[in-house]
Amino acid sequence: MKQIISVLTENQAGALNKITGLFARRAFNIESLAVGVTEDKSISRITMIVDSGNNAVEQIEKQLNKLVPVIKVRRFDDSEVIGKELAMIKVAANSKNRGEIKNLADIMDARITDISAATMTVEISESPDKIDLFEEMMRPYGIQEVARTGIVALQKGSSSIG
Amino acid sequence: MITGAKAMVKGLKEQGVDIMFGYPGATICPFYDELAKDGTIRHILVRQEQNAGHMASGYARKSGRVGVCVVTSGPGATNLITGIATAYMDSIPIVAITGQVATDMLGRDVFQEVDITGACAPFVKHSYLVKDARELPRIMREAFHIASTGRPGPVLIDVPSDVQNQQFEYKDPGEVNIRGYKPSITGNMKQIKKVAAEIQVAKKPLICAGGGVFSSGAQDLIKKLSDKGKIPVVTTMMGLGAIPTSDPMNMGMIGQFGHKTANYALNHTDLLVLIGARVGDRAVTAPDRVEEQSRTIHIDIDPAEIGKNMTPTVPLVGDVRHILEKLLEFDIETDSGEWSQELQQLASEERNKVSAKREQTIGPRNFMHALSAQLDDDAYVVADVGQNQIWAGKYIEVKKGRFLTSGGLGTMGYSLPAGAGVKFADRDRQTVVVCGDGSFQMTMNELSTIAENDLNLKVVLFNNRKLGMVNEIQKKAYSEGPFAVSMPDTPDFCKLADAFGIRCRRLSDENQMEDAIREMLSHDGPFLLECVVDPDESTMLQ
Repeated sequence: MKQIISVLTENQAGALNKITGLFARRAFNIESLAVGVTEDKSISRITMIVDSGNNAVEQIEKQLNKLVPVIKVRRFDDSEVIGKELAMIKVAANSKNRGEIKNLADIMDARITDISAATMTVEISESPDKIDLFEEMMRPYGIQEVARTGIVALQKGSSSIG
Repeated sequence: MITGAKAMVKGLKEQGVDIMFGYPGATICPFYDELAKDGTIRHILVRQEQNAGHMASGYARKSGRVGVCVVTSGPGATNLITGIATAYMDSIPIVAITGQVATDMLGRDVFQEVDITGACAPFVKHSYLVKDARELPRIMREAFHIASTGRPGPVLIDVPSDVQNQQFEYKDPGEVNIRGYKPSITGNMKQIKKVAAEIQVAKKPLICAGGGVFSSGAQDLIKKLSDKGKIPVVTTMMGLGAIPTSDPMNMGMIGQFGHKTANYALNHTDLLVLIGARVGDRAVTAPDRVEEQSRTIHIDIDPAEIGKNMTPTVPLVGDVRHILEKLLEFDIETDSGEWSQELQQLASEERNKVSAKREQTIGPRNFMHALSAQLDDDAYVVADVGQNQIWAGKYIEVKKGRFLTSGGLGTMGYSLPAGAGVKFADRDRQTVVVCGDGSFQMTMNELSTIAENDLNLKVVLFNNRKLGMVNEIQKKAYSEGPFAVSMPDTPDFCKLADAFGIRCRRLSDENQMEDAIREMLSHDGPFLLECVVDPDESTMLQ
């Protein structure tokens, strides 16, 4: 089952290493990982997606809590959070199909952020499955490069983990 | 203005540290210089860095205080790794300080540089790489706090040499307050009530005491719980001595190499109360089966231990002592007469078995019985790893003393330096190291430290001229049988001891056993007693 793990941690050198090391040691794969500072500059938020059994993820949550720099850990499933990811897709484009690509981008609320004689770069901020979909739509034109940030997520409504 | 090195010494003194175990080298020299200037902290020079970790561990286990060790960067630090990992697996509070190359050299693979905080990450409770000396006063305080509170464990402080030399204005860092580190000590009252309710209705309850009982200093409460609830007790290897061996309710040690009665109890209980035990594979070989057959209560200070190897019926997080104090306020008397009678019968049969006396070799069980008969009530026995560990664990009688060993990591060579550590904590405490010829040869260089400090440490060496435990495993499970385990050319250990100025006796006739043990224990100074053991002697003797 895919789960989102949100971790608040001290914003200090080595903290991320300690956290990801835990996953590696237990032979756990992290599907996506995003790190950034929070409203409090001394705290970073790490958002991860892991796909594993419930018991295994519960054990990971407990092990994360044991790390001294880790301040808070919460697990969510998709329905509890607003989750978005940013992707940039560089796709082959010429004067004939630029309009088509622009149309598809508009449909998905994506933006053209760069253009050259032979390419267009499209930026999309969406849930991971919608980004997958958009990527599929771009594939026939010839995708040259994709960069994705990994999901960041906040709880729905007024609740927060801090 | 003070230097980083001075702040480190100040930090140690503030914690009441009066002894540390170490091995100097270039990058830790500023600290050693400050240590020399100060002159109030005794430094024990070990003969190899790993042993500084083990000595600090033995010291911590005897004194109940944080053990401190210090080594230099690079190979000094990597040698110490096994000591740190050993302490981690057994939850022993130590603070390890390593020198490091100067900050502007970090990451350039200069002489004696190694990323020691990176290397130790999987088996330290916490680690620091200090980049600015102004952080040292706070870090020193935090390190001791983290090592000694909650589930104890090793903390590593890696200090680059320029940080040790850095001058700064000392400011008191105030009380320790780490927002990500708040161990839960007191148990949840609702859960404690549930535990009491479970105990009341159990017909075949069983307490399983682990090493956490000692970390929490709750030995007396295990006895009280057992008495009040009429609950038989088994222990893990780390829990040996949680109640005295001879207590009628003590059914022995569980596990692969444990007592028959204890394992029988584990396989037939209807309510298993795990106390400060982590359900390690060597202790509980089939946790799924235990889960199916009985209701289970798991009391541990580390939430991550609960549900890791077994899912309990009632989880209870907190310090064992706190929890048992509250639990004992409830009416928890069980109707377990038949069950405990059955177990007591089995246990006494198992305990009273004796082997015939031999004249050419020493039977480990007979020896352990003879040794137990002469030991002080509060003696410390430190066993190594291998067959000797099983023989000592199974057949030594622990009264008011302790049985120490590397239960988690199973580090060969632990016993001699750890035994020395016990002696440094309490010079007058009778302390006996039990090891084999394999494990002894891993750390026998510490005989030098023991002789230098005139530690009255007794060493029992079971010599079968091979790695007995591996030999046993290979014979049992591998087609080619024993391979690479024989050590026909082991030295004459008595001559070796003599070279260190340590008295020695070689024993091969059980008729001489009592006399030899008496000579060892009454001798004023270190003593090596080599026992000739049959090379085919097994841990499976019944």
